[in-house]
Amino acid sequence: MEILMIFTSGIIIAVATYLFMTRSILRVVFGVVMLSHGVHLLILTLAGLETGAPPLLTEEAAAYTDPLPQAVILTAIVISFGVSAFLLVLSYRTYKEHDTDDLEELRGNPNE
Amino acid sequence: MSTLHFVALAPFIMAIIIPFCYFKFRNIHTGWFVLPLPLILFIYLLTFIPFDGQLFQPVEHAVPWVPSLDIYFTVYLDGLSLLFALLITGIGALVVLYSIYYIANKNNEPLHNFYVYLLMFMGAMLGVVLSDNLIVLYVFWELTSLASSLLIAYWFHKEKSRYGAQKSMLITVSGGFAMLAGFSLLYVLAGSFSIREIVSAADSIAGEPLFLAAMILILLGAFTKSAQFPFHIWLPDAMEAPTPVSAYLHSATMVKAGIYLVARMTPVFGTSAEWFWILIIFGLTTLTWGSISAIRQTDLKGILAFSTVSQLGLIMSLLGMSSAALHYDIVNTETLYTTAAMAAVLHLINHATFKGSLFMAVGIIDHETGTRDIRKLGGLMAIMPVTFTISLIGLASMAGLPPFNGFLSKELFFTASLNVASLDIFNLETLGFFIPVVAWIASVFTFVYSMLIFTKTFTGEFKPDNYSKHVHEAPAGLLISPIILGVLVIVFGFFPNMLAYTIIEPTMQSILPGLTSGDDQFYINIYHWHGLNAEIMMTIAVIFIGAAIALNLKKWQTSFFFARERDPLNYVYDGALDQLVIRSQQITRAQMTGRLSDYMLYMVIFISSLGLWTFFRYDALAIDLSGDQSIPAYMMVLTFVLLAATLALPFITHRVTNIALLGVVGFLIAALFVVFRAPDLALTQLLVETVMVVLFLLAYKHLPEIKKESKNKGSHLIKGVVAASVGVFVIITSLSVHALRNDSDITPISDFFIENSKSLAGGYNMVNVILVDFRGLDTLLEVLVLAIAALGVVTLIKHKMHGGEDV
Repeated sequence: MEILMIFTSGIIIAVATYLFMTRSILRVVFGVVMLSHGVHLLILTLAGLETGAPPLLTEEAAAYTDPLPQAVILTAIVISFGVSAFLLVLSYRTYKEHDTDDLEELRGNPNE
Repeated sequence: MSTLHFVALAPFIMAIIIPFCYFKFRNIHTGWFVLPLPLILFIYLLTFIPFDGQLFQPVEHAVPWVPSLDIYFTVYLDGLSLLFALLITGIGALVVLYSIYYIANKNNEPLHNFYVYLLMFMGAMLGVVLSDNLIVLYVFWELTSLASSLLIAYWFHKEKSRYGAQKSMLITVSGGFAMLAGFSLLYVLAGSFSIREIVSAADSIAGEPLFLAAMILILLGAFTKSAQFPFHIWLPDAMEAPTPVSAYLHSATMVKAGIYLVARMTPVFGTSAEWFWILIIFGLTTLTWGSISAIRQTDLKGILAFSTVSQLGLIMSLLGMSSAALHYDIVNTETLYTTAAMAAVLHLINHATFKGSLFMAVGIIDHETGTRDIRKLGGLMAIMPVTFTISLIGLASMAGLPPFNGFLSKELFFTASLNVASLDIFNLETLGFFIPVVAWIASVFTFVYSMLIFTKTFTGEFKPDNYSKHVHEAPAGLLISPIILGVLVIVFGFFPNMLAYTIIEPTMQSILPGLTSGDDQFYINIYHWHGLNAEIMMTIAVIFIGAAIALNLKKWQTSFFFARERDPLNYVYDGALDQLVIRSQQITRAQMTGRLSDYMLYMVIFISSLGLWTFFRYDALAIDLSGDQSIPAYMMVLTFVLLAATLALPFITHRVTNIALLGVVGFLIAALFVVFRAPDLALTQLLVETVMVVLFLLAYKHLPEIKKESKNKGSHLIKGVVAASVGVFVIITSLSVHALRNDSDITPISDFFIENSKSLAGGYNMVNVILVDFRGLDTLLEVLVLAIAALGVVTLIKHKMHGGEDV
């Protein structure tokens, strides 16, 4: 199971890297979102995917899933959401000011 | 702090006071306030000379500066330091006096700048010669470079001044850096920054592997400072400085800092053959090159600059020859081998006197006629009789004519070179005969350019049309300093032995310690007349052949070599500097493209290749595919859909489809969280993903269509390969981590949370207890991040740009 998940997150991260290198700001923002997905999944996977009960004591199970990576990922999700939202508005504002969201056209005057 | 510390520090203190004097007393020339300081220092230093014929007793005082790094401000006054300190303060006093009349107050000259720089230089130079600690020496050394550049660019509105200052700064400071590296190596070898301790450890460090590197680095510093070939090119351009500066820094003191360093280091490095050969080869090359180049100059200061270069080469080669003496442990008062050391010290003194007076005389000619061009000058003998006399004495001494002091040192130079050529160490038996031959040729050229200055300036016809001013003799004040130096040239010429026991013997003691034992010391005697020996024959030949060349110089002046006044090495320097700028611009342009994708490429390639290299270098690859749980069918489906949506993203440019695919990925991740028993994560992920998709859909209306990427297949391929390699890197790393995780004995700390979340925190939901209780600080800051992001979003949307403002 872990190996499948490792490959999955690897592919997600590869796609994110590709999106970073495209010309549209919007797609770069997509890349940020994808990268955070891949990393969250990787954190969970590398902490171990043992089959225990969900980390709720009311379950009264013999073994629980590791709660720490879940707490870490929860924090990471919120932060990446904040960052992605900010980047999205930034790309919106950039487009409003410069009439383009093409990174190639946003390079400016080379003689500046 | 002892009085000797104040000798080095007093000029700096004075430099602080000088601007006040300048602004407070505008009617009095600022130089008068400066003048007492070098005079007092000079008289104070004179008291150290053992006039009673006793053995010179070195004086030492230490003040801790950074004791933990072995840096002490130690002043150490022995013969060598005393000689230099006397030169610096004595000529310093004369130069200050001369500058009072040279730079007139009336033209609103920024005199306070001039004297602050000059005092800073004087203090730094005294610091160099008095320091026993290498790091302190280095600090003062760089201060002399700085002060010199400031003085060269004193008239900073002239472009040539700025060019000269920049050049001298670049060359001497890069040499200084090399020297610092050499000092550090010496510290590694000897374990101390103290020069005397290094000297006492000289025998043990001689064979070490770093020994040669340290020697070459330190010599680089000395050669750049002392304008040795090929680093001499800054000196002629430094002639843009006011003439008192040229006289002081660029003939008598600063350029001798390198000589000082070499003399200081002779006891450390002198026993090796490399030291001997490097000094001799570079010294003689500089001597010859400088004397030949001097003939091509048309500017009087240019001739003197190359003459200085040449004479410094002479002293440098003499120091090289004197290191041969370290190979013979004979206490021999009339020894053959110490002649070179004696000649070096004597010529050092002589050169400071006659070159100082010559520069001042040239300054007077420039001051009174308005030109220094030898093609315009002529016939000044009758008009400026005093200047003429001073110049004649200086030139005769420089050319090595009796009875002036230059004759003595030149004879000794010939003696030393003949002696060294007859030695049978360091392969001298095969190559040694070159040394006196080269020395002799250089002396011929020295004679030629000395005669050239004489004939072009003072003899010939006087043409009043050539001058912008009414030409007359200089005022008395301007003449005092050169007259004193000229008198010294004669006095030292007639009574050389008054220098012998007072200063030359103690100095030789410092350069060649260990050759004398106990209370023994060097006894030297300098004669004018040695009888009809080889040296006197060489001098006579120099005079005749030199005169013949000088009289026929016109025939060769049209040749290619003489047509160019500028040193050809300048083209190398200028070209290298230009190329440096051009190439670095090219590199920057090629690398800093301004494209996000390119920067991503650099980072990604660097990180991935570093990671992959580490894997193979340290054999950290540990992929263990066994022992994995079986994958249920629904997981297969989930993963397949997830990957399909992910891989479709780069290929679809339709925006709404893109956003939908992003949503699919997000929701499937939430589903995975459900599968992996993380209910809180699944909940948050669902919420966040929903909000995110809504946000994207809100924004897309205001954003343009995603443009088609360029049709360039190659760039797509590169990006694809790079992205894939990142994926591979992540997968390999994760697999290794996963495999190694099972091997290690580390147990997760989560057991603590599982056991205690009820008893310590009173909660049943472990994830929530961790978030708000065990690790509450994370949550606090995460809330802060969200708040800042929200504020940023509001600002970006609400804030309107005003005219001219950019995003």
